[in-house]
Amino acid sequence: MTEFLSFLSAHIDMAYVLILSIFVGVEVIGKVPSVLHTPLMSGANAIHGVIIIGAIIVMLNAGVDNIPALILGFIAVILGTLNVVGGFVVTDRMLEMFKKKKN
Amino acid sequence: MEHSILELFYLAGSLTFIIGLKMLSHPETARRGNLLAAAGMGLAIMGTLIFYKSGVPMLIYALIFGAMIIGTISGWIAAKKVQMTAMPQMVSIFNGMGGACAMLIGLIEFHHFLESDDNLGLLTVLASMVIGSVSFAGSVIAWAKLNGNMKREIRLPKYNILNTAIMIIIVLLTAVIIGGWVPETPAIYVLFVLSLIYGILLVIPIGGADMPVVISLLNSFTGMAAAFAGFLYNNHVMLTGGILVGSAGTILTVVMCKGMNRSLTNVIFGAFGGGGATASGISGSGDKSVRDINISDTAVLLNYSKKVIIVPGYGLAVAQAQHVIHELETILEERGVEVKYAIHPVAGRMPGHMNVLLAESNVDYEKLIEMDLINPEFPTTDVVLVVGANDVVNPAAKNDPGSPIYGMPILDVESAKNIIVNKRSMSAGYAGIDNELFYNPKTSMLFGSAKQVLTELVTELKNMN
Repeated sequence: MTEFLSFLSAHIDMAYVLILSIFVGVEVIGKVPSVLHTPLMSGANAIHGVIIIGAIIVMLNAGVDNIPALILGFIAVILGTLNVVGGFVVTDRMLEMFKKKKN
Repeated sequence: MEHSILELFYLAGSLTFIIGLKMLSHPETARRGNLLAAAGMGLAIMGTLIFYKSGVPMLIYALIFGAMIIGTISGWIAAKKVQMTAMPQMVSIFNGMGGACAMLIGLIEFHHFLESDDNLGLLTVLASMVIGSVSFAGSVIAWAKLNGNMKREIRLPKYNILNTAIMIIIVLLTAVIIGGWVPETPAIYVLFVLSLIYGILLVIPIGGADMPVVISLLNSFTGMAAAFAGFLYNNHVMLTGGILVGSAGTILTVVMCKGMNRSLTNVIFGAFGGGGATASGISGSGDKSVRDINISDTAVLLNYSKKVIIVPGYGLAVAQAQHVIHELETILEERGVEVKYAIHPVAGRMPGHMNVLLAESNVDYEKLIEMDLINPEFPTTDVVLVVGANDVVNPAAKNDPGSPIYGMPILDVESAKNIIVNKRSMSAGYAGIDNELFYNPKTSMLFGSAKQVLTELVTELKNMN
């Protein structure tokens, strides 16, 4: 219990961010027309690619001699970049087609 | 000082994610929203590289940049080359990459928490690893299924019990590891393997129209994995980004389930196309007959209609017939026929997928009408042209409680004056069930591949002047 409380107080601002973000996410998505569901899913998909920052941090913290961490971190950065770049580019390609047609 | 600058970068990143997502929910601002979020992401990544830590050896920077260049080039090429019809697979595999990233971070980082005896930190890292692994394995299976690499139905006996058992074991094992009652390192590797197996088993039995729901669910899983990793590093941008996607993905999943009138538990635990399919298969076979119609009769019928509604399905996209259907629409409009498209929420392979496919071939999105708005219009419609759609117009969803799609809202095409269904053959739809609509006395079947049939229709209509 003590451990939990000290963990919570150490991360209390994170806890607030967590709770508020949940509501923001629900609120922002609540009113999306079904036309945009696919691009939205794809855009959200790109945003969770923010995990790449974790992979970069792993690499920055790993020493030059920590070979396993460097190898796994290297792969993780590649995968994270794929998620981010691929996600945003694919979403942009889809949305490009939604431009209003002028007769 | 440097740390405060980094926090500023992260704040900007979080803000662009929220505003970007908000802008993504309106057709006019969606594209800019996406670019804004991308810019914020770039800022957050750059900030981390520059300000997170000083005195890092050059070799490490070289490795990071090398990895980012490889990822950027391959991601860019894959995203630019992918066919619009293959979009669900693409989203699924990119999602899997994110999951795998979380998984690897977990695999690297758990050692530190074992050493420092930080139990809750360890719990966070394990949560990120488990969710990331499930998302990765599940996404790969979803990709293979959508891509047609896994055509055969694989159905393990009692998979519901099996899946639930694995899930319980994962939770218990995590608790035991945190408690320190087993040798941690080997137990964590067992946990990792179990998570992968769970991800595979979660997606394998799911098929048919439920696939989009699973992709969306896995999407929110990866979001949660990113959020846990954010908690781990006390990193606000990862936390907000992850949680936003986690909650947005969950809402989107629920919206999709509602579109099919099914609960999430039903999607995950209910076998789709299992027992119910055989039951309605019996009612479909036998004495009923269908009526054929040829190209020229169809052309005449369309030409002298006042109002035509086109119901496009995934078959249309597979046949690459989106452009021809737009041509057909243009010709009919020139003749004074009112043409609209009826878009079912799960038309295509993902919600909104059909809209993207039609938008690609220059169809005005104001002509794409959602199900609830178009259903009252069918009684005043002369001809409904169903192209490559099946399950979304199947009356069994309303009439046959034994049907696996019973309860799914459908497009009410039966109330139109004439129904023309274009299909390659009488085979069942993606959900694998028979369709009573084809035997309706008002229905005429126009057999042939969508692209060929529509092209001939266009030629026929042009000659009719």
